[in-house]
Amino acid sequence: MSLGPYASFIVTSYAAAAIVVALLIGWVIIDYRNQTGRLRELERSGVIRRSGRSAVDTPKTTI
Amino acid sequence: MSLIDLANPTRFLALSARVLPWLAAATVILLAIGLYQSAYAPDDYQQGATVKIMFIHVPNAWLSMFVWGVMSVASLGTLVWRHPLADVAAKAAAPIGASFTFLALLTGSLWGRPMWGTYWEWDARLTSVLILFLMYLGLMALWRAVEDPSRAARAAAVLTLVGALNLPIIKFSVDWWNTLHQPASVMRMGGSTLDKAFLIPLLVMAIAFTLLFVTLHLAAMRNEILRRRVRSLQMMQASQKAA
Repeated sequence: MSLGPYASFIVTSYAAAAIVVALLIGWVIIDYRNQTGRLRELERSGVIRRSGRSAVDTPKTTI
Repeated sequence: MSLIDLANPTRFLALSARVLPWLAAATVILLAIGLYQSAYAPDDYQQGATVKIMFIHVPNAWLSMFVWGVMSVASLGTLVWRHPLADVAAKAAAPIGASFTFLALLTGSLWGRPMWGTYWEWDARLTSVLILFLMYLGLMALWRAVEDPSRAARAAAVLTLVGALNLPIIKFSVDWWNTLHQPASVMRMGGSTLDKAFLIPLLVMAIAFTLLFVTLHLAAMRNEILRRRVRSLQMMQASQKAA
């Protein structure tokens, strides 16, 4: 596979897409960990939802 | 399970937790196939190997508009039906849409330099997509600036619907004005003008990126629901301490 004289433009495009997608994936994973961590901390300190259910754990459901 | 059941955030969390691994797996498989096909697609007789940038640029350009379309539907849900997940869906989609729009602009620029001789031209298509990118950033700033989520939701919904007027301008800019950007070659009356050797990898990549958006969007919506739970528990904690 030869990319010709404009290889740097092609490689930069694909690399930029890979970096942005990786950042998006990292963002959702880190954000999830942050939010669940904060919720567990609040629940440990005795603050619970009005329903009494955990704010982090979700009940099983059928599709 | 009916669609109305998904209006319940707890049910949405449970359902999305089951669907997400399958969506992520399908995205990875389709992206791998699309990248393989893109790598081994033949060179274009005029553009040479730079045609490979199309397989990244076009899906991102499509998604930049599609995501705003999703946000517009969600905004209707906020303003008309007051659906509890509508604002969550719109807010979660904005950073993802902004990222795809950024990639469309960047890869278009990198494609334009060898083909047009310039990274940027203030023509109708490029300028209208840049405006779309700035509108994404403006919306994200609005959600962060207004502390009350319900007020922020209504303001963002109105701004999103006003911004949707830009979508037909982007789509038809190449027909309405004399632009450097080429006219539509895939979604057009009379069918695609692309050869199958380019069209098939392009469609596979477009579906893969769309699945990537759906996967990231569901995950970001889950995070936004949890963030709102954190906020309401913190407010409960504050009121308990005050009492």
